[in-house]
Amino acid sequence: MGIPRNWRLRNQRYRLVGSQCPQCQNLFFPPRQVCPHCYNSELSEFVFSGKGSVYSFTVLYQTTPKFEFQIPYIVALIDLNEGPRITAQLTDVDAEEVRIGMPVEMVVRKISEENERGLIHYGYKFRPIAFPESE
Amino acid sequence: MRPVAITGVGQTPVREHWDVGLRELAVQAIWAALEDAADPKVEALFVGNMLSGMMASQEHLAVLIADYAGLRGIEAVKVELACASGAAAFRQAVLAVASGAVRTAVAVGVEKLTERSIHATTEGLASAADADYEAAMGISFVALNALLMRRYMHEYGYQKSDFAPFVQLAHENAQANPNALFHFEVGRDQYEKSRMVADPICLLDSSPVADGAAAVVITAEETRAAGPQIPVWVHACEIGTDTIALDNRKDPLWMKGVEVSTRKALQRASLDHSRIRLFELHDAFSIMSALSLESAGFAEQGQAVRLANEGIFQLTGRLPMATAGGLKARGHPVGATGIYQIVEAVLQFQQRAPQPLQLEGVEYAMTQNIGGSGASVVTTILGRNKP
Repeated sequence: MGIPRNWRLRNQRYRLVGSQCPQCQNLFFPPRQVCPHCYNSELSEFVFSGKGSVYSFTVLYQTTPKFEFQIPYIVALIDLNEGPRITAQLTDVDAEEVRIGMPVEMVVRKISEENERGLIHYGYKFRPIAFPESE
Repeated sequence: MRPVAITGVGQTPVREHWDVGLRELAVQAIWAALEDAADPKVEALFVGNMLSGMMASQEHLAVLIADYAGLRGIEAVKVELACASGAAAFRQAVLAVASGAVRTAVAVGVEKLTERSIHATTEGLASAADADYEAAMGISFVALNALLMRRYMHEYGYQKSDFAPFVQLAHENAQANPNALFHFEVGRDQYEKSRMVADPICLLDSSPVADGAAAVVITAEETRAAGPQIPVWVHACEIGTDTIALDNRKDPLWMKGVEVSTRKALQRASLDHSRIRLFELHDAFSIMSALSLESAGFAEQGQAVRLANEGIFQLTGRLPMATAGGLKARGHPVGATGIYQIVEAVLQFQQRAPQPLQLEGVEYAMTQNIGGSGASVVTTILGRNKP
């Protein structure tokens, strides 16, 4: 991934900045320019809390060259508490411990790196919440 | 729009074709189709291909193929729609002829996935997902399907081994298809022991990466040359789409693109599900078969796997699928797959399917080619009689 792209995505990667439609209140991650529900194009910024739960997950044993050194690793679909679903790696957890519905929270970690002189990409991963607040 | 028919088909075996390049492979299929159609005058060529740029550093592919096929000078355009590129090219050819813009067109699907290492291929295929928010997080295409399969098993209480019939029937049918990549049977036991690629998807759940090309000749009725083959009529070819990212769908287990394109196609053809007697679906992974059958309306949600275990989709069943091996065992040269499906359905109508794969009395067949994790879906209905 080139430098401009990496820089451009910083608010999503480090802070989970999405968007909200002021008209229908729907929330989006990643951010959108146009609301797919009411076609409003004046969306505002929305920062997600980073708390959520596992909707589904998989353990990868074969992957693209950039991620090979991480095998086996876990990728999950995570339902953010505010609504949208997000694709991210799980970290600080063994594959056998992961369950659908498990509460997780966002952390910033190294996602991938290029060659020796290339960029290191940081971004969101999710880890289990040790003591989830009861609601 | 005027009625259009398929008057010629051609295909190369699905293999690891290290000895031929993209252009040669495409030309082989095109020439086979033109010969089958008794050499009509072609006015346009639509090429379905996904990864010529990434795998062979070759874009501007259609004109290269037209030139080397002896069709220099004609309209030639590449159509890219991830794994649905083949059927998308077919639709463009159908529209070009049906609209009256051209009299005869060729649609060819061609893909070479063995040009580089399997890692490069995996990376190429992952480009059908959202590059910034899916692929960049380390997701592969297999992994996207694994996320679906795990959730499906969770919601409907299936075990991994319940998916075996999809794989077994594809491998069984492929054994009689000389163009299929795989010619071996798969036992339930073998399926259960298969190596994990992205848990719960194992190697035997996954369609194989391979090379291949398939082509069809499409003509309007009034200009149809008296070819040797019975024409097979295009009753519908419709596209439905959904979010490119799996995570952006409210219910990932419901493939909206499949629902929409199937409904549009059935409406266009003025048919209901009961008239479809053959369904060549996009069995890239076992879970994809289940979700396609359900979202297309051939099974209730959560029931497709149960129906597969009852034998509904075998050659002798109510709705045969993967009759020539499907993506699973014929092989999945991505941009060519949609045309292979159409070619295989055409051969069924013309009583040219290899025995014992030949079905009797098929009046309408549906083929369905899916791009990405269901973001684009092309559904085609072919029929014995003129629409």
